[in-house]
Amino acid sequence: MEPFLDIESRLIPLDMTNVDTDQIIPKQFLKLIQKTGYGGFLFYDWRFDNSGNPKKEFVLNEPKYNERQILLTRDNFGCGSSREHAVWALYDYGIRVVIASSFADIFYNNCFKKGLLPICLSRDEIEYLFDLVKNDDAVADISLAKQTISISEKIIHFDIDLTRKKMLLEGIDEIGYTLSFDDKILNYEKASKIADYDKFSVKN
Amino acid sequence: MQKTLFDKIWDSHLVIDNNHNEYAFDPSGPSLIYIDRHLIHEVTSPQAFASLKQVGRKVRRPNLTIATTDHNVSTESRSLPIVDEVSKTQLETLSRNCKEFGITIYDMTSPDQGIVHVIGPELGFTLPGTTIVCGDSHTSTHGAFGALAFGIGTSEVEHVLATQCLWMYKPKSFLINIEGNLTKKHAITSKDIILNIIRKIGTDGGTGMIMEYRGDMISELSMEQRMTICNMSIEGGARAGLIAPDETTFDYLRGRRYAPNESELDRLIEYWKSNLKSDENVKFDRVETINVDKLAPQISWGTNPSMVVDITDSVPSPEQFAKNDENKRKLAIRALQYMDLKPGTPMTHVHVDRVFIGSCTNSRLEDLTEASLVIRGKKVSPKVRAMVVPGSQKVKLQAEEIGLDKIFKDAGFEWRESGCSMCLGMNPDILLPGERCASTSNRNFEGRQGSGGRTHLVSPVMAAACAIEGHFVDVRDWF
Repeated sequence: MEPFLDIESRLIPLDMTNVDTDQIIPKQFLKLIQKTGYGGFLFYDWRFDNSGNPKKEFVLNEPKYNERQILLTRDNFGCGSSREHAVWALYDYGIRVVIASSFADIFYNNCFKKGLLPICLSRDEIEYLFDLVKNDDAVADISLAKQTISISEKIIHFDIDLTRKKMLLEGIDEIGYTLSFDDKILNYEKASKIADYDKFSVKN
Repeated sequence: MQKTLFDKIWDSHLVIDNNHNEYAFDPSGPSLIYIDRHLIHEVTSPQAFASLKQVGRKVRRPNLTIATTDHNVSTESRSLPIVDEVSKTQLETLSRNCKEFGITIYDMTSPDQGIVHVIGPELGFTLPGTTIVCGDSHTSTHGAFGALAFGIGTSEVEHVLATQCLWMYKPKSFLINIEGNLTKKHAITSKDIILNIIRKIGTDGGTGMIMEYRGDMISELSMEQRMTICNMSIEGGARAGLIAPDETTFDYLRGRRYAPNESELDRLIEYWKSNLKSDENVKFDRVETINVDKLAPQISWGTNPSMVVDITDSVPSPEQFAKNDENKRKLAIRALQYMDLKPGTPMTHVHVDRVFIGSCTNSRLEDLTEASLVIRGKKVSPKVRAMVVPGSQKVKLQAEEIGLDKIFKDAGFEWRESGCSMCLGMNPDILLPGERCASTSNRNFEGRQGSGGRTHLVSPVMAAACAIEGHFVDVRDWF
């Protein structure tokens, strides 16, 4: 995973609650066997009509929001299906940060595997940011190290778990990290005797 | 210390307990937990295997994982060739990966093929007290057996394959007490109970929590009905649902292929009986009580599983739904527009084009049997196309042995091969734009069953009755 770098970008306002992963990446694009190439399909049914033409009213189709790296949205972003393709699509499209008032668990977890930063803020702060985008469309500076969003002379602090922060900042290979505890896993396996499914024996 | 059922399973699977971890630089960081059972399918696993291969890593314990093909398989006759080349590649990739890494697979040619969350329990792969994961959010289904079961993303699928463990922040606990009794036994189902719960707590009510369902009523439910409840825990935001195992659970396990043999099982049952329940006075982080005495059949009207009313209700106005929450009001306006519904229309006046009985929520033998009670000797409305997609090849076979296929076919239903089918429409089973469907599945999101398609979530008996009448009906009048 690439380490997460500081981001300087204006925001894309997606003024909706409960955006589910079926919308972020519809199922017809889940048949690929790679992790890349999903950006063109991001929010496909919202972005394009049945003939594949861009829908003018959808926010990502407004030219001024092109090339922006921060998505601003509301409650329960990423609910529904566990498809990590949703994170890959956002990342592939160029999004590096999603700011929301809450996230669904599996989506939130998946973000950290790719290097996408999910920032959870209070509803008031989210409202403030939506107002700001509407009024002066300011640039936001996001520092993960400092856990701050600097925008329009205001600094908003955000919380993030220490371990997740370290993983993102250093771009740590999680599997490699886990395998460094191989002795612990072996000890557990010896003690617990978790049996193969076709040869079950009681856990002592 | 008093513990919840979840605490007990969690504690017995800690490889590295963050609270007692000399390596921890982060005292509130995740713990490393061991995964006993892993299910994989064609859609969320190819990238996991590809990454393993890229780095040259092995699958740590191939015999703790089983694979099946379910998401994008055709439900047409298995003798027909797969037309969709991209789907075919995905299916072949899974077979190749399983062969290469020594994982057992139940593919389209297997008599044990089916939806992961149907075949896991069916094979006795799902056991009480275990940890179970799958790259699919409806893994919560297996919680019906008192297993800690939850959906994961593809990177975590790779992590489990390589390490048989996962880093996890300990979720909070949420107790849902279910009180009262169902008044009309066949007409009101566990689907109505869970839809009603989600209607009350919202789609994020259980976020960051494990929901445990408890109450006399739960004890009376069959395993199939319990699975329906746990299955949809994720629609209430909870990664996992849990029901403490009891005699019903143990009886279900006996004789299944991968369940322990008699003597072993008896020994285990004693252990499970004393260990797999929440302690009497344990405190949960959140508690809600639902009374089902007056529960009516539930039906969704909108585009998320909390947008639900009684069948006797009318389509709500955005204001009725939102209760002063402006964001919810906007969501409801959008949903009504997408669903092409007007506030005030009685739900029983809503006509459908399609009926789908299937999915990991409601495609088991009992679901099909109950639905058949409604349609026996009747005909599907000429305006409706109705299909039954059994959850597995075994469900299909068992149903055929007791003549359910004939009842459905005589009524005018299509009787198809097993798979996820129109629950998510990755295969050709999709709604056309504007089509309206009574569906026994779990998600009514925009476009879920096909771009522009409109989904109403209901129980199998409600869907069956709707197929006959061509519009929604109160199925209580049919029993």
